[in-house]
Amino acid sequence: MLTELAERWDELGPLLFDGTYATLYMVGWSTLFTALFGLPLGVLLYATERGRLLPAPWLRAVLGAIVNIGRSVPFIVLMVAVLTFTRFITGTTIGPTAAIVPLTLGAIPFYARLVETSLREVGRDVIEAAEAMGAGRGTIVAKVLLPEALPGLIAGLTVTVVALVSYSAMAGAIGGGGLGDVAIRFGYQRFDELVLLLCVVLLVVVVQLLQSLGDLAARRLSHR
Amino acid sequence: MDPYLPPVARHVREREPLIDVQNLTKVYDLGRGRTVQALDGVDLHVPQGQVFGILGRSGAGKSTLLRCVNLLERPTSGSVRVDGQDMTALRGAALRRARRGIGMIHQHFALLSSRTVAGNVAFPLEVMGTPRAQRARRVAELLDVVGLGDRGGSYPAQLSGGQKQRVGIARALAAGPKVLLSDEATSALDPETTGSILDLLRRLNRELGLTVLLITHEMGVIKRVCDSAAVMHDGRFLESGPLPELLAAPDSRLADALFPLPTVDLPGVVTLSYAERATEPVLSALTREFDVDVNILAGTVETVAGAPYGRLKVQLTGERTAEALEYLRARGLAVRTAGDPLAADGAEPTGEGA
Repeated sequence: MLTELAERWDELGPLLFDGTYATLYMVGWSTLFTALFGLPLGVLLYATERGRLLPAPWLRAVLGAIVNIGRSVPFIVLMVAVLTFTRFITGTTIGPTAAIVPLTLGAIPFYARLVETSLREVGRDVIEAAEAMGAGRGTIVAKVLLPEALPGLIAGLTVTVVALVSYSAMAGAIGGGGLGDVAIRFGYQRFDELVLLLCVVLLVVVVQLLQSLGDLAARRLSHR
Repeated sequence: MDPYLPPVARHVREREPLIDVQNLTKVYDLGRGRTVQALDGVDLHVPQGQVFGILGRSGAGKSTLLRCVNLLERPTSGSVRVDGQDMTALRGAALRRARRGIGMIHQHFALLSSRTVAGNVAFPLEVMGTPRAQRARRVAELLDVVGLGDRGGSYPAQLSGGQKQRVGIARALAAGPKVLLSDEATSALDPETTGSILDLLRRLNRELGLTVLLITHEMGVIKRVCDSAAVMHDGRFLESGPLPELLAAPDSRLADALFPLPTVDLPGVVTLSYAERATEPVLSALTREFDVDVNILAGTVETVAGAPYGRLKVQLTGERTAEALEYLRARGLAVRTAGDPLAADGAEPTGEGA
């Protein structure tokens, strides 16, 4: 098999390189935007619960419903359903850049729930202590909730990144490219077992690296 | 002395207690028309510079009361004044500012695990907007005060329970409060550590003039540090006042709780309590002058608030018992005969604790 790889390297090398690059490109940007929007949404979900910082049961019900809908729509359907929005944002509906939009939209509700769960882990007594010291809501979120939950927030983001890697395989459906796309078109549909195998191996390596990186960061930041 | 803590306030109107709670009630709405009355008309007056302890079982309402003082809980009715300020009238930024004058320490320490010891102590200063350089200086001073001068760079997870509570105390003092609220601050600690934390509170009380309001279910805490105390049950104070006065009362629940004597079911049994004087000469006088036999069944003597305090259970027999009891009362002893026991409502606090 290695000899076959060596023989076909000129053909496969660029294919796999481009695929890996496209995967990392899509996952990287959508992770950034997911964190940017998912974190505040998660904080809002947490804070609007009864007995928390900003009790607003009505708002929470609405946000919760949106998040649940977002999470229950299959990604492949979501991708097609938001095409108009994608064109509005990126000016195109095909290619890796276009894929970032549905990937982000799909991951935001997922990450927001993970953020909410991590924030709930922060002890009520710590928040109450901050209140007793005269801290306002903004201070409590910025200086108590987020720093205390940081290891959990990082771990949640790692789970999200890994989910994004697997979602990104579907981005091939709109010409997004990436390793998943290469595996399906060049490996599965052309019965090219070597390409299929190499794509899977590369995906495993990418996921392993991302997960290890996330674990390391979470461990470094945890002082419990 | 600590330059940031206010000097024992000369400007405070002499008579007004630093913490003044009047007729406080708190009703929790559990929904579906069910309610729980956590506080049922509590009056609490804590003079400047005192250590005041509230003793009661869990569920007695102690914690709610404490949290009403800095308005973590908003009372249903009644008034809360701290240092002359009506806390219940405050909201938003004004309330947050007032809270900075009231330190609080917690049963489970409530330290930020993501911050170092120094970072935790700096937190209230950051909230107040103290400049960085001043903050660092202040943190170093506070850590010295609580005996953790060399642990500023450690994380709370690396400290023992007692050390964590010292950090909690340093943090509570950072903003220079006049009042310290202690929410079962020693309940998670072993007896020895409890003692050292209580001694620290006592020292801060004496040296800085810090007024302390603490709640506890442990008798030992009341005995060791409190000037005044209250016994709480079902959202009400059963008794409250300076410790020696409370203990000297013949029907003191606090005395029963602090110094339990075995139940003796014999005729003519009398419980005597005395403070700041010895009884033996009095008892022998009884025998001589009233011709009664005195049989000591049980007794205890301890030091409370720096003065000796004792309780005796004795059996008196003889013709002139009534006269003898009158004599004892005249000598300033608290006398309770078997005929007038405490209201048997199970209200005595628990006997556990150091």
